[in-house]
Amino acid sequence: MNRELKRVTIVALLMFLALFVSSTIIQYVQADALAADPRNSRTLYESYSVERGPILVGGEPIAYSTPSDDNYKFQRVYAPGALYAAVTGYIPVNGEATGLERSLNSYLSGQSSSQFFDSLNRIISGQDPMGASVEVAIDPVAQQAAWDALGDYTGSVVVTEPSTGRILAMVTKPTYDPNALVVHDSEQVQATYDALLADPSDPLTNRATGGDMNPPGSTFKLVVVAAALESGKYTPESTFPNPASLTLPGTDAVVRNSGGGTCGPGAEVTLADALRLSCNIPMAELGMELGDAAIREQAEKFGFNHEFEIPTATEPSVYPRALDEPQTALTAFGQGDVRATPLQMAMVSAAIANGGIVMEPDLVDAITAPDFSPLEEFEPAEYGRAISQETAATMVQMMTNGVENGAASNARIDGVSVAGKTGTAENGESDPYTLWFTGFAPADDPQYAITVLVEDGGGLGQEGYGNLIAAPIAKQVLEAVLNK
Amino acid sequence: MTDRAGRTAEASPAGGPPTAPVRRIRMPQKLRNMELWLLIVACFINAAAIVLVQLGAMGHVDTQLVLLGAGLSALVFGLHIAMRFVARDADPFLLPIATVLNGLGIAMIYRIDIADGESGWESASVRQIVWSAIAIVAAIVTILVIRNHRVLFRYTYLSGLLAIVLLLLPLVPGIGREVSGARVWIGFGDIATFQPGEIAKIALAVFFAGYLVRNRDSLSMVGRKFLGMRFPRARDLGPLLVVWALSMAVIVFQRDLGTALLYFGLFLVMLYVATSRLSWVVLGLSLFIGGALVASQTLDYVGNRFANWLDPFSPDRFDQEFGGSYQLVQGLFGLANGGLIGTGWGEGRPDITPVPQSDYIIASLGEELGLAGVFAILALYVLFVARGFRIGFAGQDDFGKLLGVGLAFVLALQVFIVVGGVTRVIPLTGLTTPFLAAGGSSLVANWIIVALLLRLSDTVRNHPRLVIDG
Repeated sequence: MNRELKRVTIVALLMFLALFVSSTIIQYVQADALAADPRNSRTLYESYSVERGPILVGGEPIAYSTPSDDNYKFQRVYAPGALYAAVTGYIPVNGEATGLERSLNSYLSGQSSSQFFDSLNRIISGQDPMGASVEVAIDPVAQQAAWDALGDYTGSVVVTEPSTGRILAMVTKPTYDPNALVVHDSEQVQATYDALLADPSDPLTNRATGGDMNPPGSTFKLVVVAAALESGKYTPESTFPNPASLTLPGTDAVVRNSGGGTCGPGAEVTLADALRLSCNIPMAELGMELGDAAIREQAEKFGFNHEFEIPTATEPSVYPRALDEPQTALTAFGQGDVRATPLQMAMVSAAIANGGIVMEPDLVDAITAPDFSPLEEFEPAEYGRAISQETAATMVQMMTNGVENGAASNARIDGVSVAGKTGTAENGESDPYTLWFTGFAPADDPQYAITVLVEDGGGLGQEGYGNLIAAPIAKQVLEAVLNK
Repeated sequence: MTDRAGRTAEASPAGGPPTAPVRRIRMPQKLRNMELWLLIVACFINAAAIVLVQLGAMGHVDTQLVLLGAGLSALVFGLHIAMRFVARDADPFLLPIATVLNGLGIAMIYRIDIADGESGWESASVRQIVWSAIAIVAAIVTILVIRNHRVLFRYTYLSGLLAIVLLLLPLVPGIGREVSGARVWIGFGDIATFQPGEIAKIALAVFFAGYLVRNRDSLSMVGRKFLGMRFPRARDLGPLLVVWALSMAVIVFQRDLGTALLYFGLFLVMLYVATSRLSWVVLGLSLFIGGALVASQTLDYVGNRFANWLDPFSPDRFDQEFGGSYQLVQGLFGLANGGLIGTGWGEGRPDITPVPQSDYIIASLGEELGLAGVFAILALYVLFVARGFRIGFAGQDDFGKLLGVGLAFVLALQVFIVVGGVTRVIPLTGLTTPFLAAGGSSLVANWIIVALLLRLSDTVRNHPRLVIDG
């Protein structure tokens, strides 16, 4: 009997061994993976149970946590409501966070590795754990001005500081009130979210950094002119044939200038005039001479086809690969398959304003621990040089001319020289245009680079154009920030 | 089979007969004193657990529950004192282990009550304390009444009948109650429900032990050799088939996979120990696995359990409203949340998981006490089971040996089935975690097992002395 008993003992021991192993696998080996499962409400509660750090603009909180009496312990509050939704995003009790709430979650919730000793200290000293605070680069005056100027249009305004890449304003409309998505009732949050998702105006989309991106239209001519000047084969005085229409080689497609006629009087037109008057035909000719590879290389130097993290992830603007000649001609005036975000176009203007150097765009100035010790400080970082100093200087002049004597006249500000470029992009045979303005001011000492995007033709269908609707918005924002 | 001379030598170590009586009178006191110290430690751990729960979940200490716990400790010490008179040589570890497991269970149930906002007589923790008191009193009565375990041998067939009746009770209209799909409860009006199947496992162990000791010759000696094993004759298959049919009936009519596995596993192990024939185990396991596979194809609830086990994280299974893997996955999340050292008493969120105080109490404890706590609890079970097996090794009579092994193994198997189900070793089946989980019937049954093992261990040590002295 004892031999059998021994075997039974071994079986019992093996059963317990299996339990020791299985519990170790779950609680040690797989613990992190299980915690990361989006269905794990404990992780969510956990991230709520520490006092989440605030997000500050100029020292004033735009997102902060106040104690609440329920399971979550804290209620997130977005003080100015929808104004900063594109910046902060939101962190719902169910589903995934967005914006800075998502990209800086580890800091805000106090879980980042640089906060390890700080939180250990707080545990030992008996204080409640607390997340770090995030000071963003946003200038409240610029943000408010951009919000007001954009009004009820569907679109976006982005303002950056050319010398540093700091994002001073980021507005997208239509938008939403993040407070409605952080109530502690998951069914209500889901209902609100579903309604926003079903809304045909896409209020959840951040048009400043992504979404269904728009063709940049004539604003993309800046990139093509930059490529031409950089090639060394062209100057602003280089001339192009000036017909009233151009049939693209091998197709029936006909390119026309926006006015319908030729680009100014004369059989030939200069590059400078083509940009100032924003003509399509000379640009198409230039584009075909340059070829898609040269334009793509220049576009990528400005940041196209690259996903920037600001630190929130942005969608890369697109200059497509492997184009034939007619396609290249279309992209030369920002049509075809080229797509851009307002942030990307702001980077193009900012680089021209910054002597040709592209700065990494950044929303955040500093991250500070609860004990006020700095965790991260924002240092301006160069993405790279897009164009030479000389090319930059030439383009500043051409863009300034465009506002003073050209197609971007509605961005003029008394006493300040503004450099800019408008855009009016086609979306389809009968679809409303997309209206653009990109530029910077003051042109002689650039402080602010701005890009305005207005979708749906600003409500005017195919009657609206960049200088009519987008340029005045830019003017209004620039006036506000230059006068403060 | 019983090597009487060998046992005697083992039980009376160095020293000749003249000095032996003196030393052996002192020995039991030593055992009981050791038990007393361990009990004091156990009660201290339990009190600390309740105070920590209160500090963690409420932020202040509430003396009412501590007093109730103190009353329970008094009963445990009562059992200890009773043993000083009627079971002086009993194993000193069993009682403290049962006490600390019972206490940890109460602390966790209390912690869930706080999370759910339950208090007073409505709360599971107060009911658990009352049931614990009843269970410990039952253990005291058992150890006082059954002075010699061989009395049970006389009631072999009565035990078998009792087991059948207890198993059938939940199927009787009027008193049977169905809870979350399983029809294993009885109740009278609103009075606390009871799972008679828990008590049935003791009756079954007694019956199996008595029956196998009587009949093992015919079950083990004859048969044909095949594949290196001696297989039993067809007509000797009767008992195995009856128990198998009983288990299958539990699966089909009571919809309780875990209990069926428990009974059948208990029978197989006792059959194997009694007959030394591996062929019984092979036959039995094939029958059971075959039955379970058929059940998984034909019975929805069994099929769900298997599907949840194999792929709990698939969205389909997770979102399925009835019989999905939501509970299993929440339990895993809870355990993962505990990590190595746990969140601390009252600091986790075990109340997210469904039934965190009964079937899922090990996940609740794992969340708040961590892997370290789970290891400690499992180690306590290992120690408890090992003390039970020790009786099997050291026992003099085959009935006592078989009963000891059976009772110890049934506890080990129950822990394996429920904890293994929670941690995905096997498909999840509803069973109570011995001593920890909320549930009166389980507590009463397991405390009676403690009393029986104490009685058996006392006999093991006691017996040789009687031989020498007598």
